[in-house]
Amino acid sequence: MGTIEFIISKYNYWIYVLLMMIGFYAMIAKRNLVKKIVGMNIFQTAIILFFVSTGSKKGASIPIIQNGHGDVVSHAVNAAQYVNPLPHVLMLTAIVVMVSTFGVALALIIMIYRKYGTLEEDEIFEMSEILRLRK
Amino acid sequence: MITHAPILIIVTPLISAFFNILIGLWRRWLCYPFVITVLSACVFSSIAILDTVINYGTIHYKLGGWTPPWGIEYVIDHLNAFMAVIVSFISLIVAVYSKRSIEQELSEKIVYFYTIYLLLVTGLLGIIVTGDVFNLYVFLEIASLAGYALIAIGEDRAPLASFEYVIIGTVGACFYLLGVGYLYIVTGSLNMTDLSQLLPNLYHSKVVLVAFAFLMVGVAVKMAFFPLHVWLPDAYTYAPSTVSALVAATMTKVGAYVMIRIMFTLFKPYFSIELLPVTTVLGWIAVVAMMFGCIFAMAQSDLKRMLCYILIAEVGYIVLGVSFANRMGLTGAILHILNDAFMMACLFSVAGAIMYKIGKRDIKDFRHLHRKMPFTMAAFTIAALSVIGIPPTCGFFSKWYLILGAIDAQQWIFAVALMISSLLSAIVFFRVIENTYFEPRVPVHAHNGGTHEEIKMDEAPLSMLIPIFIMVAGILTLGIFSGKIISNVIQFAVPASF
Repeated sequence: MGTIEFIISKYNYWIYVLLMMIGFYAMIAKRNLVKKIVGMNIFQTAIILFFVSTGSKKGASIPIIQNGHGDVVSHAVNAAQYVNPLPHVLMLTAIVVMVSTFGVALALIIMIYRKYGTLEEDEIFEMSEILRLRK
Repeated sequence: MITHAPILIIVTPLISAFFNILIGLWRRWLCYPFVITVLSACVFSSIAILDTVINYGTIHYKLGGWTPPWGIEYVIDHLNAFMAVIVSFISLIVAVYSKRSIEQELSEKIVYFYTIYLLLVTGLLGIIVTGDVFNLYVFLEIASLAGYALIAIGEDRAPLASFEYVIIGTVGACFYLLGVGYLYIVTGSLNMTDLSQLLPNLYHSKVVLVAFAFLMVGVAVKMAFFPLHVWLPDAYTYAPSTVSALVAATMTKVGAYVMIRIMFTLFKPYFSIELLPVTTVLGWIAVVAMMFGCIFAMAQSDLKRMLCYILIAEVGYIVLGVSFANRMGLTGAILHILNDAFMMACLFSVAGAIMYKIGKRDIKDFRHLHRKMPFTMAAFTIAALSVIGIPPTCGFFSKWYLILGAIDAQQWIFAVALMISSLLSAIVFFRVIENTYFEPRVPVHAHNGGTHEEIKMDEAPLSMLIPIFIMVAGILTLGIFSGKIISNVIQFAVPASF
């Protein structure tokens, strides 16, 4: 298998890595606090993409058993026909966690803005020095 | 009741957190007794669990009756039960202590403070009792989110420190989640027991190695292990004093617990020791952490910030004990988790009590503080001696086992490093003790005929002193009973192959 084919066949993972690195870069390198949490959100979304794409199968359908109504499922269930629902369920929980993290981070940003009047990291450090000296 | 204790220990503080708001809206003063009652219930159920585990062995609790590989299972063995008792007990003691200091520091936010406090305890206890790796992630984030909020309501630069913690903490949690995802891809399971049986056949798979690396880095961020500790000093310095006492005593220790679980339960010990040289690497980083923590602590003039660096060194001790990967070393590490929880809670509570009375934390302002607050400073001295490792206190016993572990592992450099860092922490603490007790008395005014400054006794309130003294009593007695603790609990927590 050639390199290009290898990259194309696993494209979902490459995109997840790329997105994650974009988010990671923003969290580390950006000096603006809002940009930092946007980076954090991209980072977390990349993980959601990773989990969701692990559950998918070629030619599989949604995980609802066909003709499964009634008390007993009369035929054998072929797992290959269905997408694995568990990663999706995990990500529902993870999304809740990530939204709350985002909310807490935004609340903190409001607190910081009220205190220092800016969201640029350098200016905040200058301001906090000034506030400290004024005391 | 007792059969459902594993779930009750989490559900009780979780539900009470919501009732707490309603009670607080009705009668604000009821919040404090309510929280104390809830946490006492947690302590009782955790002790009941420990008792059951000691007498009848490991508890398996199936949530909703679903059998393990599919449903979430809570597994409680000696290590979990031991940790649950530590965390619930420390959170109760710190809650008792919180009354006056919260009234002074956050008078308008008492209701919300206690609500988040209960959520933090829920998260910490959840991490401890769960037997499911994804469930652990959820509880890790509950504890962290509550921690971010509690730190942010502190003084001065607290929101900024908390923001930094959010960014770094989220990276840590996401790495942990990625590790879980990788393990799920190769095994299709999230249950710890199930995973530990499925994984050995896959130990040479690169996916498993990467998963292990992600899990370890994620946990190392949460426990503030040396190169990933940068968020800790700011966050814990500016947090309200009660919060510092709680998180310093429990959060990092719970992180250490998760690390032990991953290394020795999720993965078989020989994976972490022989297949990957994890323990060797961890050992060296831990030594650097110990030295770094102590040296930086010496450079601090702020008492709380100094304690933060000591805390980083203490995390180093625990990891060093784990890295010896023998019976003595791991016993020392687990014993140190217990002792350190008490020592750190005590020291940070004392710092809070000093803040409450004189409003300053600078060590230079502590001159003759022993006349003003003799009991508080006595407690500080005993806890400090314990951190240094002076015999009757508990700190000595865990260090003793750690050094025995180093000798067993024939890591002479580590044994020497342990002693050097003890000496360094002695310097750190004697700087404070000297400043308080032994500074010469200065005449107030020269023309006053050289009379000495009269300092009246003005102690911290009893609701602070009693919890501090319970912790001091713990420090003094845990050492003496450490043999009993090891023979009843810890020796079963160490993997049998050691």
